[in-house]
Amino acid sequence: MTDLWTVETHRLFKEHGVKTVGYVPDAGLTDLINTCEADNDIRTVVMTTEEEGIGLAAGAWLGGDKAALLMQSSGVGNTVNAIASIVSSCQFPLFMIVTMRGQYGESNPWQIPMGTAVVPVLKSLGVHVFEVETERDAAEAIENGLKMAFVSNAAVAVLIGQRLIGAKSFIADVAEEVNHVGA
Amino acid sequence: MSGPDLVRGNVIDRLLQDRGDALVIAGLGSPVWDLASSDHRPENFYLWGGMGCAVSMGLGCALAQSKRKVWVITGDGEALMGVGSFATVALQRPSNLAVIVLDNEHYGETGMQPTATRQGTDLAAMALGAGIPTTMMVTSEADVERLADALATGPLPLVAVVKVQSSKPRPVLPPRDGVYLKNRFRQAVLGATNAMQPR
Repeated sequence: MTDLWTVETHRLFKEHGVKTVGYVPDAGLTDLINTCEADNDIRTVVMTTEEEGIGLAAGAWLGGDKAALLMQSSGVGNTVNAIASIVSSCQFPLFMIVTMRGQYGESNPWQIPMGTAVVPVLKSLGVHVFEVETERDAAEAIENGLKMAFVSNAAVAVLIGQRLIGAKSFIADVAEEVNHVGA
Repeated sequence: MSGPDLVRGNVIDRLLQDRGDALVIAGLGSPVWDLASSDHRPENFYLWGGMGCAVSMGLGCALAQSKRKVWVITGDGEALMGVGSFATVALQRPSNLAVIVLDNEHYGETGMQPTATRQGTDLAAMALGAGIPTTMMVTSEADVERLADALATGPLPLVAVVKVQSSKPRPVLPPRDGVYLKNRFRQAVLGATNAMQPR
């Protein structure tokens, strides 16, 4: 069954005229990516790095379209110079949905440093950050974020917390049973 | 071994002569000066930063404006930084996007340090490998004419790498105010009301 926040987000994309959705996948975004791909009125663009998303969204705006970006928290690190140089310098609208890793119940220690850095990094770039932990808050933040981005030329990131999407058990995705080796 | 014969300003003048109503995005560095000196118009977007994003910006614009041609004119250093975008473009196959790389084999703005293309990295081959259906290596006047034909008649998307001398661009400085450049471009493409009162 599709997540409720996914259904609401897709509905809000349509309502606000989002035509292009650029993404680098994350487990927590699977339903939303699939829902957007199944919609013939939305162009989905899988990107090789999240930095491309900033160019893609700015280019779409130059051509009169609204784009939204989907990425995992680690990908925020790949967007930094593009946000500062392009979005801030030109006051391009920017709307990103970031699914979080490295916070609540994380089982991969390599995710924790970037997960922790996401909020201060985005804020230091002047991006408005809405952190959400529930289905209801997600829909509300996405609706207000879309308005703020495209009406006020603001940069907005909605961070979907691991309390909502769950902490990924990456071991379970690889195999049912894993042999642990040490030194 | 002799260097490239082609001079960047001449190549740009020739290509822009047949621009029609194409929208043009210039990657940061010398291509910004080249475009301003050859054909300064509201339908030009000059990138003064965001190195590596010219191609993805062209893609976003091309998908939004599918009835108009979009040209990205950029340099080898800028293209190398965003080279993954060739794969992203190949997957989308926009039939209105052309990428023209003026390859002088150097980082021109920072003191002419050699780029990887100086040592044999082939950006056209990288684009081909990424799945771009039409790629060209342009090294002569005759090749420039072939590129002009391809820009006019397609098929697009294409990536053309033009080997040019490492000469300075003509000193013509376009505006650097990003908000102005953005609004000016949008007004030219969308009309003033749609540009400034988007719904």
